[in-house]
Amino acid sequence: MTEQAFIVGTVVANKPGVLHKISNMFRRRSFNIESISVGPTEEKELARMTITLLGNEWAARQLVKQLEKLIDVVSVTVLDQKKTVLRELALVKIVAADSKTRSDVIDWANIFRGQVVDASPESIIVEVTGTPDKIDAFIELAKGVGLKETSRTGVTALERGPRTINSEKRGYQNG
Amino acid sequence: MTISGARCLMKALTHQKVSTIFGLPGGQIMPVYDALLDSGIRHILVRHEQSAVHMADGYARASGRPGVCMATSGPGATNLVTGIATAYMDSSPVVAVTGQVPRPQIGTDAFQEADIVGITTPITKYNFQVRRAAEIPGTVKTAFHIATTGRPGPVLIDIPKDVQIETAEVEFSEPVRIRGYRLTGDPDSTEVEKAVELLSDAERPFILAGGGVRISNACEELRMLAELLCAPVGSTLMGKGCFPEDHPLSLGMVGMHGKTEANRLILEADVLFAIGVRFSDRTICKVDKFCPKAKIVHADIDSAEIEKNKEVDVSIVGDASKVMCAIRSRLVHRFRKEKRSEWHTRVEQLKEVVREKNNNHEDGLAPPAILKKMRKILPANAIVTTEVGQNQMWAALHFSALGPRTFITSGGLGTMGFGFPAAIGAKIARPDVPVVDIAGDGSFIMTENSLATSVSEQIPVIVVILNNRMLGMVAQWQRQFFNGRYSAVELGNVPDFVKLAQAYGAEGLRAQSLEEFTSALENALKNGVTTVIDVPISPEENVLPIVPPGNGLEQVLEV
Repeated sequence: MTEQAFIVGTVVANKPGVLHKISNMFRRRSFNIESISVGPTEEKELARMTITLLGNEWAARQLVKQLEKLIDVVSVTVLDQKKTVLRELALVKIVAADSKTRSDVIDWANIFRGQVVDASPESIIVEVTGTPDKIDAFIELAKGVGLKETSRTGVTALERGPRTINSEKRGYQNG
Repeated sequence: MTISGARCLMKALTHQKVSTIFGLPGGQIMPVYDALLDSGIRHILVRHEQSAVHMADGYARASGRPGVCMATSGPGATNLVTGIATAYMDSSPVVAVTGQVPRPQIGTDAFQEADIVGITTPITKYNFQVRRAAEIPGTVKTAFHIATTGRPGPVLIDIPKDVQIETAEVEFSEPVRIRGYRLTGDPDSTEVEKAVELLSDAERPFILAGGGVRISNACEELRMLAELLCAPVGSTLMGKGCFPEDHPLSLGMVGMHGKTEANRLILEADVLFAIGVRFSDRTICKVDKFCPKAKIVHADIDSAEIEKNKEVDVSIVGDASKVMCAIRSRLVHRFRKEKRSEWHTRVEQLKEVVREKNNNHEDGLAPPAILKKMRKILPANAIVTTEVGQNQMWAALHFSALGPRTFITSGGLGTMGFGFPAAIGAKIARPDVPVVDIAGDGSFIMTENSLATSVSEQIPVIVVILNNRMLGMVAQWQRQFFNGRYSAVELGNVPDFVKLAQAYGAEGLRAQSLEEFTSALENALKNGVTTVIDVPISPEENVLPIVPPGNGLEQVLEV
């Protein structure tokens, strides 16, 4: 089975220690986690956690089952990436001391539908939002002129259409 | 009502019908120990916290009810860790209560502060740190619910000292609601149907029964299914006792130290029904050599066990009793026994061959003879616990367990020092039956100080030390797999276990022959006082059969 990225959407209890319990399970069972993004939900006592797992289908199935077993996890779904809106946000600080570089960076930011959110005499910060691939591509460009620093949020995701993660107990689905 | 957190805890434990707590006090749990005096709950004072959790575990395994232990913060709490991990690996419902430094001191590296919630996260089913006294009733109720339902397991409740002192208006009648905790429902009927088809068409069915059968109290259901199918039953170490080992269809333990007939026949099976097992490496040995041609049906209450260790053909998530009942009720209409006569003959023949071979090997004060003698002396309902190592495997091989909850052992974690305190816990749960710890000298010494508890609390148990003056299992592996080079396994003839027992005020006896052993054990049963029987055995004795590590079950080294 081949390695790939799985996006796992979870809804978890929003209370102290939950992130530790979940991330500790990943370490304990040797899951290869690329990113985790966490935030509150429309319900005060729940938080949403989006996990990117690198692995094969067996690992994805195991991850879902191990997550479901955790008492603080309310629901788990491996998201079908074709039917899901995936987004990641990155802040990218680029060296841009001369006007040529500055205008190049601003052009690239426009092409990537990013925004310049800070500028100083030596550097510019660009905010880029999109799929991880798009952000990787922007960072590659930035490396060409002088990448200083990046900060990425990790992937967050919602399925298209009316279906929600809570609409049924779903777990792992093929395809 | 308005009461202190400590009193609230005692009340909440009483609501859970807790009658005994095993523990040892310290600075950060003193308010609880003060409230304990007025609670009517019996406290068993241990000499080391590790023993408290093993006792609670032994109590739980013998009775099926949750066992409760208690310790102070810091070192008291960390001393529980081995016992909590032991209970976790064997799915035992233990509730541990620990004291914690007061809330304002948490995170300051205060005296006797340890992050016990962080430390025990991977070895508990769930854990809590209580932040307000008003949370205590709900937390305790939730803890017991989680510990005892589904696949059971240990739960820890950490209570800062100021929360124990704080008074609060508390309410005990609120129901438990845990959003992320769903209990397994009825077994899926499509999967059950597939299992029924495989089992009814099977020519050589084999049932592998694990600890889940005992936990689910499904032993009678298992017997009926096995008899209906005419299927031989092998067990894992945790499943030992859930099928009477004197039953004609019983083959005994499967695995690295499994019985020859069990290991041979499981590999000959065309359909394997594995119920309440997790396919541990000690049971299946090399995974791809384990029943490669058989169709496997795996049923377990924990869906995370399905395909974790072994790929299977049919998987059923559900309670062992419900699963077997569903299968049996469908099977009963369509199954014809006569199909199985060939397989049945094969099972009988192989059992007979092994029996005859073993009969030639029973002489002197060898462990198999001692254990078989012990079986003859002890009543069928006696509870046996074991330590870990050679003593444990000899007991698993040669001491027949005749009923569920009569054979208690640390299977998953393999914790030396478990057996003796677990025996004390079991005796509290079942004061009406004799409890015997089958020990090795290396293991017994790890929790030997529980003799103080056993004697002073008048909880009489019997310890039989198969004393080879060695860390026997490690020594055996060094003889078999490390060219006989002994490294750090010779314990010498210290201490004198007879004098040690006497120093604690227990009875100490030495048995140099099978006759002496018989009279020592019979007297111990009659006297009803804590007795240590030291039985010197040969230091070079091996546990056989053994499947050398890294091999499939077929590579068994025989007697």
